[in-house]
Amino acid sequence: MKRKLLMIGNGMAGVRCIEEILKRNKSLFEITIIGDEPYPNYNRIMLSNVLQGKTTFDEININDWNWYIENQITLLTNEKVTKISPAEKIVETEKGKMLLYDELILATGSSAFILPIPGNNLQGVIDFRTIQDTELMIDYAKKYKKAVVIGGGLLGLEAARGLIDRGMEVHVVHLLPTLMEQQLDATAAKMLKKDLEAQGMNFLMEKQTISINGTNRVEGISFSDGTSLECDLVVMAVGIRPNISLAKEAGIDANRAIIVNDIMQTSEPSIYAVGECAEHNGTTYGLVAPLYEQGIVLAEHITGNSTKGYKGSILSTQLKVSGCDLFSGGLIHEGEDMQAIIVNDQFAGLYKKVIVKDEKVVGIVLYGDASDGNRLFNMLKNETNIKEYTSASILHKSGEDAGEAFVLSMSANDTVCGCNGVTKGTIVQSILEQELTTFEHVKNCTKAGASCGKCKGMVESILAATLGDTFDPNAAKPGMCGCTALSRDEVINEIEEKGLQTPREVRIVLGFENEEGCSKCRPALNYYLRMMYPNDYQDDKSSRFVNERMEGNIQNDGSFSIVPRMYGGVTTGDELIKLGEVANKFNVPLVKVTGASRVGLYGVKKEDVPKIWKELGMRSGYAYSKSLRNVKSCVGNRFCRFGTQDSLGLGIELEKAIEMVDTPHKMKMGVTGCPRNCAEVLTKDFGVICVENGFQLYFGGNGGTAVRECDLLTTVTTEEEVVHMAKAYVQYYRETGIYGERTAPWVERTGVEVIKEVLLNKELENALVEKFNQAKSTYEEAWSQALKNQLDLYEVIRK
Amino acid sequence: MTNSPEKIKIIDLASLPIQIGKEVVIKGESIALFRLSNEDVRSVESKCPGTNGPLAEGIVSGEYVFCPLRDWKISLITGEVQKPDDGIVKTYKTEVIDGSVYITV
Repeated sequence: MKRKLLMIGNGMAGVRCIEEILKRNKSLFEITIIGDEPYPNYNRIMLSNVLQGKTTFDEININDWNWYIENQITLLTNEKVTKISPAEKIVETEKGKMLLYDELILATGSSAFILPIPGNNLQGVIDFRTIQDTELMIDYAKKYKKAVVIGGGLLGLEAARGLIDRGMEVHVVHLLPTLMEQQLDATAAKMLKKDLEAQGMNFLMEKQTISINGTNRVEGISFSDGTSLECDLVVMAVGIRPNISLAKEAGIDANRAIIVNDIMQTSEPSIYAVGECAEHNGTTYGLVAPLYEQGIVLAEHITGNSTKGYKGSILSTQLKVSGCDLFSGGLIHEGEDMQAIIVNDQFAGLYKKVIVKDEKVVGIVLYGDASDGNRLFNMLKNETNIKEYTSASILHKSGEDAGEAFVLSMSANDTVCGCNGVTKGTIVQSILEQELTTFEHVKNCTKAGASCGKCKGMVESILAATLGDTFDPNAAKPGMCGCTALSRDEVINEIEEKGLQTPREVRIVLGFENEEGCSKCRPALNYYLRMMYPNDYQDDKSSRFVNERMEGNIQNDGSFSIVPRMYGGVTTGDELIKLGEVANKFNVPLVKVTGASRVGLYGVKKEDVPKIWKELGMRSGYAYSKSLRNVKSCVGNRFCRFGTQDSLGLGIELEKAIEMVDTPHKMKMGVTGCPRNCAEVLTKDFGVICVENGFQLYFGGNGGTAVRECDLLTTVTTEEEVVHMAKAYVQYYRETGIYGERTAPWVERTGVEVIKEVLLNKELENALVEKFNQAKSTYEEAWSQALKNQLDLYEVIRK
Repeated sequence: MTNSPEKIKIIDLASLPIQIGKEVVIKGESIALFRLSNEDVRSVESKCPGTNGPLAEGIVSGEYVFCPLRDWKISLITGEVQKPDDGIVKTYKTEVIDGSVYITV
């Protein structure tokens, strides 16, 4: 008969341990897991990414309900254990269930520490541990404005950033003079604080909270220095407290947490503890990697394998806040018998400190660029002698990536993907057994890199090390899609050489894995073919992403948005009256001035889309397309006392010249009337600054995720030359850009000088303009076309 | 009131474009109807388990539709969400009889 294995707690550490047990022996135990949350096992460390809107609740699931069923595990959710009786080997639950066990694992985790101050039970005081807490915070952010986060540690800062992303005004209260004092030294902490302040976070340092004020709901918070602050939400992130009351009441030895030996066994021989509720050699852990290591040790022991036992863990930390790249591992302050290698590069905004003792790394603090973190941390864990390493290098050209050497030095048990707990061994095994050749393959099979994606470089290095010469790094790079190993340029060359005419022909002749392609290559091939054969290729609606097929942006609830063209941001009283009347008539839920200087109608039902176009009688603003969105313009010398030229007139002319033509990705342009640059043209795909004696032309800027400032192309003297150059530039981008690649990365990839050389060659410029004009002549305004030819796309059949 | 499934005539096959979905609402259920490139006609619940995205608006390749919101890949034959995502959508019996498409709901 199978032995009964019972586990209290359904969190990351415990369930990981069960996975390790199943890996070793599937038939040894009849397993029951009791959890007090209503969900299967999820990735708690990703909750801050959910709060920051970078991922969704669905995406942080680790084991879904099916996993429990497939592994014949009985899962009791929403169930609290009230008593353990070690003598009888019985566990009792709140709902009166009595469960027998042979072996019991305590994986009860920890709870947030709630400051023992008046008002700590008011509505709106929450901690940040569970899906429910996260949902509550998202809900509060919708209703209220002001939040206070108590605690400037890892969790507190991630929570604060999430609340800012959700639109709240956030103050972080911290008892000590520097942030994340357990992971950072003063220099790194200062850089972090400055970056976070630039992101809109407010700090109240060295403040002790003495009370939370309000009658039912939180209204404010008071500090020991007599000051106070109004707020609607208080998030407590001051630390965690292991959940040990069950164990204590059962007579199991505990200090701060449940005491375990090297095989994770408590003072009761058949009861074990793993994770945040366990204390080993006087230390408790609150991060995920050590908990996984403990799970492996316990799994080895409980399935009868020999184990060296758990030896404690050295911790490393990263912060999940974009724009604040940091890494901390081991010691953070150098002691007397140690030396510190410090690089404080104010030019690049980098700080790196490695603490060395007896020629070995014992501590790492990185700020600004944490890409070396894993490599250095591995040297620390492996006690690598650093005598042969360069300790600091100044102003050398960046050399080859040391990634491959690093992954070679990793052991199979080393974790590569911390989010999903995937080890190097698992990745290597999947690569070999399932013949994986790209990062995407590995991600799909192992989930390594599927969450935050920071380990992508390591996974690629492992692929290179495992496959040797057969690994084609280009296949892993953004080529076409999962259907083919050919890159964009190879596909284009083949199309030209073989004279391929349709997407289907391309896929079949070039041996795409799937003859029908996928959601990546279908729109891409449709774009490339139309770009190459403007006159002969018939645009394929079914290869267009919904936004371009329906000529409107699909919204998160399946409705659409309508943004009419307003050249240069110019509208009229009549046009605005019309927009208002139509918005009222069709009950449009949101009317908004868009970021691209025009008016958008949002949340329009699919069936109303063409009706609204018809009533408006305006042109499409192509606010959904991969083509020119708008030309942002200031009023220029028509009204502004500083204006040097008619920037508005030029903006309108430019918009009319470039609009409607498909480009690899969306494009934004700007024309500003003087160097004050009110139209913010230096972060546009193409920008014009008017000056007294001409027009400065800029290119390759981006104001989105990765901000890039434009490069100067040239200065011209007439408006005609501006439009001419814009056409040549757009055509060059059309011909050489990868579908889905904005101009900024295209410029980086192609090289600023190469692009300048092409465009400043008069002959090439003229040829490009001619091809652009040719293409432009094949496009017709989208909405009037749709009203004529494709009304049935918007119909819903009702029966 | 009866809940037994009925075979309902929806549209002439000729009016259904190839590889572009059609939204059909029957008995309050939103259904995505597709004519595949091999002339097979299929219908599934028009609601992706990921984000509730309208599958009728997705890109179709072979027997799969890609959710327009988050690009989840779903089989139009089994209704199963493809890895690495998980889930299933309801499929409906769909037939072509004398040039007309029928769905059983």
